[in-house]
Amino acid sequence: MHHVKPDRWDELAAAPEFRALVRARRRFVIPATLFFIAYYLALPISVGVAPALMSRPVAGPVTLAYCFALSQFAMAWILLALYLRAARSFDLAAARIRRQETRELEDRKR
Amino acid sequence: MIAQQTLVMFGIFVGITLIVTYWASGQSTTDRGFYVAHRRIGGLQNGWAIAGDYVSAAAFLGITGLVAFYGFDGFVYSVGWLVAYLAVLFLVAEPLRNTGKYTLADLISFRLRGRGVRAIAAVSTLAITLFYLIAQMVGVAALVNVLLPRFGEIPAIAGVGVLMLVYVMFGGMIATTWVQIIKAGLLLCTAIGLTLLTLAHFHFSLSEFANAAGAVPIKGSPTNLFAPGLLFHGPLGAWNLASLGIALVLGTAGLPHILMRFFTVPTAKAARISVAWAMVLVGTFYLTTSFMGLGAATIVGEEHIGRRLYAGQAIGYIAHHPEQETRLNAQLTHDGYIVPSADSNLAAPLLAANLGGSLLTAFVAAVAFATILAVVAGLTLTASSAFAHDIWFSLVRNGRGDETEYLFIARSTALVVGVLAIALSVALRGFNVAFLVGLAFAVAASANVPAILLALSWRRFSRYGAIAGMLCGLISSLVLIALSPVALGRHAIFPLENPGIVSIPIGFAGAVLGTLLWRDRESEAMFDQFHVRATTGLGAEM
Repeated sequence: MHHVKPDRWDELAAAPEFRALVRARRRFVIPATLFFIAYYLALPISVGVAPALMSRPVAGPVTLAYCFALSQFAMAWILLALYLRAARSFDLAAARIRRQETRELEDRKR
Repeated sequence: MIAQQTLVMFGIFVGITLIVTYWASGQSTTDRGFYVAHRRIGGLQNGWAIAGDYVSAAAFLGITGLVAFYGFDGFVYSVGWLVAYLAVLFLVAEPLRNTGKYTLADLISFRLRGRGVRAIAAVSTLAITLFYLIAQMVGVAALVNVLLPRFGEIPAIAGVGVLMLVYVMFGGMIATTWVQIIKAGLLLCTAIGLTLLTLAHFHFSLSEFANAAGAVPIKGSPTNLFAPGLLFHGPLGAWNLASLGIALVLGTAGLPHILMRFFTVPTAKAARISVAWAMVLVGTFYLTTSFMGLGAATIVGEEHIGRRLYAGQAIGYIAHHPEQETRLNAQLTHDGYIVPSADSNLAAPLLAANLGGSLLTAFVAAVAFATILAVVAGLTLTASSAFAHDIWFSLVRNGRGDETEYLFIARSTALVVGVLAIALSVALRGFNVAFLVGLAFAVAASANVPAILLALSWRRFSRYGAIAGMLCGLISSLVLIALSPVALGRHAIFPLENPGIVSIPIGFAGAVLGTLLWRDRESEAMFDQFHVRATTGLGAEM
């Protein structure tokens, strides 16, 4: 369906629908990326800065550091779920742009 | 006994996958079929294949062993390898599907015209893949050495190499994908099975398991396996951990054999779904390393994890090593065997032996071989596409030539890469595997990732910036590893084991400086098309 070769990419790039899609994606992707990198790096940094605190047992013999490491799995899966939900609207917007462009190309051919 | 059972089970795996290869060979008669399976792999299938491509024997045997010996510090590797997929998911998977054709170089040189960009992208792909490939094949030698001692390392490396070539040359991407899917299923079942058996040993009580793991004594340390600092200690411990972490997290988004999998699916949505499945599967697997590793530490015990010598062999060894006589004699009387030196790679097979006897051990060993085989097949295909597509067709032949020539070149390249990998692995066996894998991740993160991210997001990014960034990243990571403790030991000039924390910023700095110094209007003009295509999928390769 979208195997078309538009020739006016600059117009497409400047179109408000496309700008809105790019903004929406960035609004999710940039904070999410910064968050997961910070959350991940907090693990080695906290272990380096406060080894005594991180070695403290919190659940039986399991230390705070180990719980933090396990929480990274939850963090990754939660961010995945949030992204999959947000991406549904990105897909719809992208499909709208593709449909519109395909229609216009066909109109011009006629 | 275990050796025969292992070979029989490995034989069954090979038999099934060869049937798949025979079927796939009929479908790989075009370049699109050979490299990207006609872009008809589904999201779920591709998710399993990514998991199969990604989780290597180094993860299965190595991480389980690291957790068994070093607890938390080993588990940190597992965390990094899962979190890394968030970078793939957010930043590269979908744009890559929409703009790429066959290789990573396609993506970068789509916007940044010129032969230099493509050549350097292809060279960095070849370098990363070859390091990774050799690491896997050297792993075969280590595995055979312990599990099938009478088999011999060189025949084992050669055997795995030849099998891998059969899959890649005749079955192309379709066969390789199925080999990876079957292997991922086997590996995940094995890991979950071992986890359940471990928990059953503790009557399915997590607190009983945690208490037993917390009570494992650690030589020369008052802490337990849940405490940080057993592997990465000293003043640079946290720096080492952070540098490794950043290389793992960004490096995955630059590994050519993982990125190549996104060209096999039909749409950006399928690419996203495949990352989602991969994250579920890879995450589950890495979570089990915690149970398998701590299980091995409690049920098997560190002093029993290593190559075991029985009866005559043991007495002979003790006679030659009088300094350890008291300890080893005590162990021989008590257990009936001795473990002269610890080998953490054997934690998983020995856990299986303790929990399920020789049949389970043989199964685990066969899965480990299958794992290596599937990973090397994916790597060889990637290297072959980088050479045939980027260097031969785009640079040497300038895009001329027909499909017959293309497939001939692709298959011959796979053969050359395979033979080269076999030869290098035989020469480098005994080399530190972690060193080679570290090289691959560091080079991927420092050379490829800056170029990919900036090409996708920065209008002004120029071909000179891409060339400068890739060269700076490639050279700085290679040089820093050569000066690091993994290569030079105590005489290291660069103090960290992984160069990521320094070489990744150098790669980005090179890319930015190159762009600011030399402007490139042609590449800037391509940005709109590239950006629209990456975001919406308009005009994407079908």
